Amino acid sequence: MAQQGRYRILMAKAGLDGHDRGVKVVSRALRDAGMEVIYTGLHQTPEQVVRAAIDEDVDAVGLSLLSGAHMTIFPRILDLLRQEGGGDILLFGGGTIPEDDVLTLKQMGVAELFTPGASTVDIVDWVRAHVGRPTEASAGR
Amino acid sequence: MLKDRTLEDDYRQWKDSHPLHERDWKFTTLSGQPVAPLYTPLDLEPNEYTKEIGFPGEFPFTRGIYPSMYRGRLWTMRQFAGFGTAADTNRRFHYLLDNGMTGLSVAFDNPTLMGFDSDDPRSLGEVGRTGVAIDSLADMETLFHGIPLDRVSTSMTINAPAAVLLAMYVAVGEKQGVPSEKLTGTLQNDILKEYIAQKEWIYPPKAAVELVVDTIEYTMRHMPKYNPVSISGYHIREAGSTATQELAFTIADGMTYAEAAMARGLDVDAFAPRLSYFWNSHIDFFEEIGKFRAARRIWARLMKEKFGARDPRSWLMRFHTQTAGVSLTAQQPENNIVRTALEALAAVLGGTQSLHTNSMDEVLALPTEKAVEIALRTQQIIAYETEVVNTVDPLGGSYFVEAMTDRMEAGANDYFRRIEEIGGVLAGIDQGFFQREIAEAAFQYQAELERKEKIMVGVNDFVSDAPADIPILKIDPEVEREQIRRVRELKATRDNERVRATLEALTGAADRGENVMSYVLEAVRAYATVQEISDAMKAVLGTYREPAFV
Amino acid sequence: MATETPAGELVDRLLAGNRRAAGQVISRIEDESPDVESIMRGIFPHTGNAYVVGITGPPGAGKSTVVDELIRVIRASGKRIGVVAVDPNSPFSGGAILGDRIRMMRHSSDTGVFIRSMGARGHLGGLALAARNTILVLDAMGFEVVLVETVGVGQSELEIAGTADTVALVVAPGMGDGVQAIKAGIMEIADIFVVNKADHPQANKTVADIRDLLRMEIAPRAWTPPIVKTVAIRNEGLEDLWIRTRQHRQYLERSGELENRRKLRLEAEILEIADRRLREQVLEPSTETEEFQQLLDRVVHRETDPYAVADRIVPRPGLGGV
Repeated sequence: MAQQGRYRILMAKAGLDGHDRGVKVVSRALRDAGMEVIYTGLHQTPEQVVRAAIDEDVDAVGLSLLSGAHMTIFPRILDLLRQEGGGDILLFGGGTIPEDDVLTLKQMGVAELFTPGASTVDIVDWVRAHVGRPTEASAGR
Repeated sequence: MLKDRTLEDDYRQWKDSHPLHERDWKFTTLSGQPVAPLYTPLDLEPNEYTKEIGFPGEFPFTRGIYPSMYRGRLWTMRQFAGFGTAADTNRRFHYLLDNGMTGLSVAFDNPTLMGFDSDDPRSLGEVGRTGVAIDSLADMETLFHGIPLDRVSTSMTINAPAAVLLAMYVAVGEKQGVPSEKLTGTLQNDILKEYIAQKEWIYPPKAAVELVVDTIEYTMRHMPKYNPVSISGYHIREAGSTATQELAFTIADGMTYAEAAMARGLDVDAFAPRLSYFWNSHIDFFEEIGKFRAARRIWARLMKEKFGARDPRSWLMRFHTQTAGVSLTAQQPENNIVRTALEALAAVLGGTQSLHTNSMDEVLALPTEKAVEIALRTQQIIAYETEVVNTVDPLGGSYFVEAMTDRMEAGANDYFRRIEEIGGVLAGIDQGFFQREIAEAAFQYQAELERKEKIMVGVNDFVSDAPADIPILKIDPEVEREQIRRVRELKATRDNERVRATLEALTGAADRGENVMSYVLEAVRAYATVQEISDAMKAVLGTYREPAFV
Repeated sequence: MATETPAGELVDRLLAGNRRAAGQVISRIEDESPDVESIMRGIFPHTGNAYVVGITGPPGAGKSTVVDELIRVIRASGKRIGVVAVDPNSPFSGGAILGDRIRMMRHSSDTGVFIRSMGARGHLGGLALAARNTILVLDAMGFEVVLVETVGVGQSELEIAGTADTVALVVAPGMGDGVQAIKAGIMEIADIFVVNKADHPQANKTVADIRDLLRMEIAPRAWTPPIVKTVAIRNEGLEDLWIRTRQHRQYLERSGELENRRKLRLEAEILEIADRRLREQVLEPSTETEEFQQLLDRVVHRETDPYAVADRIVPRPGLGGV
């Protein structure tokens, strides 16, 4: 008897900024929505984030970045995910990211970016709508 | 007594004869504390004025630390600035000084805050982004080029590598011919709140506190006009704490430094007058004013009664205030000017000694020159147009404000008891006590916003579809390449034998448990970099790893 | 939606060392996907090489930090390590924040380390089965040591610890219930005791308490569990822990106990598989007949008894074959 798959989301902070208020609030909201959240802590390199995403076989990576390094770190993580065969793992994120950078990053393949003021309800709904997995076991991959 | 009873009766009669006609709304402070419909003398202690309030410049300093407050001297308008290279920030400093700013405040980039050089792989993409990149004394010389350090006081927001930046400041003074005795300013150097909230650390907490004591001891001996620690609630609040948590956790940190310094044999009256505080001014006007007034009273009582300080200067809580970054919204960013103005007014009515007002665009990126100017003008309008500065503590005696002040103090005392029960601040950090309390408060506030029990204009109500249309300051990626080139060139051209020798001497001193400051200064003079100096101490002190609590 | 990768292909890729495939296979194990059986059959011939170490103990003892430091020590000897971090914490929503991994993140840039977090989820086949199969996946991938971290409470947790060749029980002094927590059944399966946070003033008392508990045991042990003191956050004592672990392994190998234990575990596993099949294929269908329901009613009215009805499903010994 197969058990329904469950959303598995990696929540990560990459780079050197220590602002973890947002990532913790979102992690708790995803948990309360019934998802499995793997939080990797502060100050991670893109390589560490991607290795964790692959080993943990998550459906999506949520990256929080308030350091201004978004134009460096998001593309690097996208590249590494593809290199490691995880191109189908969704990358979304949040932080202080100017509008035109949001557009550029989305064109590169970042699935969604939440800027200050986004509600956790919106984020949970977005994950439910865009992560393909849970309708059937291991589906969509 | 008889009179009080009469008032009580009158109050009850008033209440009974006027049924409540209230909106369906939770009347609570920003921190979630209930607020009564009306405050009267019944909310105050018997003898409230003599016991709790008193006169400005006198114990317990509820009304202010100086007798004449802003009639004597206005607060220092100190705008935090830093971005790009040292040369970029130097230009911004000159601009601000030319526009009437009265003190400098340096923001460092993330690599500097974490003790990494710009050419370290971990610094990738972050050089000069959210502050200025400083790798060595050479950058520091550029940063203060044309700024006489004997005439301008400088605040530096630096913590884990604070000893290194302090040494660099001393070395720049030397180059300008200004002896360290004449240097004025403030080093943030509050490492405890890093583990609790801001999360920019290098060494484990215990060793890091000893390093703070090294700087306290050094400035006591060599920099009598300099404030070695600015005990900071600002970041604790930004991380999502309540006002009471900000107040309690920060003062608990302050007590920890005082205890550590005394454990080293330093006389409390020799260092306590140089300790200062740094508070957040959030959007709940009266809660904040109550917090500032309670903070002064709590510290005065602690220093006098718990720490046995006899010099009245040790009892004074001098503090800097910054308006709340988290209260700003990316939506309709012009509204942030109004928020900042109200928060700044609360700080002034709370009796701050210096003030930073946020720029309206800081939630989007680093502030533009225009936005910084409006922020500075906001302070000038409060100082020179509103006339609120004409009398000391104008809200003193307001039933609500005094009740709020009392409540803040009681709330902080409750936390002090809990912190003591778990074994003090270091044990609390180790057990994740503070981290969990803050994460919980942040989560509760977010839930209140989403239930619309709290409103943020433009975010969860009064929303507008019009896109934000204000200019954004972007850091040219060339900055990072330029800074990397600069530090590599330095490493290739300096006297590397001297660097090696000074770093070795530093590691040795750390290993012997000596005060490292003079060794750090030697390494700085030899143009050793922030990372090299940090690594030389890491070899002995170890590296902190986060016990994460979600 | 993309079609699912066939199980055989995933197995081939993971056996070739592909981490992505390994991660996906573990997800299918966790999801109890129908192809788990064929996956496990494909993997099984390649297992039996990893040495499995269980790290268990009450919350707050510092298990994750011990695991993190142990990884460092073991990696220094060049061995590749798999880690299964089991975190059974689930609030009412069924969601979970798996945070054990945070303390081990520095090893995430090391290809010789594979870390997998596992929540409780309410696995129908049991958390223990999922953890056991995950260990086999890492074993088949060629990880020479597999560390399994669990909180030493609850039946499935005990079962997971029981899967390990060596079980290290981590406690910390000054936790109030530190030694108390040991008594809850896990004492007997501990091969090594670790007193972490040994710089605590009460550390020696905790060591003495454990000695006392061991002395009071009635059944004699062939292997006397050593007590190792560690201060994991300061990298102290982990080398010693690894030496003791290897000594225990040598003891198991020399005494034939390792082969014996593994054999017993496989026997238990065969029985478990057979048991599940029996339940699914014989026992449960037999309750779905109309005849059974009538018999059940008669039991309710005391016209017959449960034993007589059970006889009709599985005959009593002596009454002939099934």
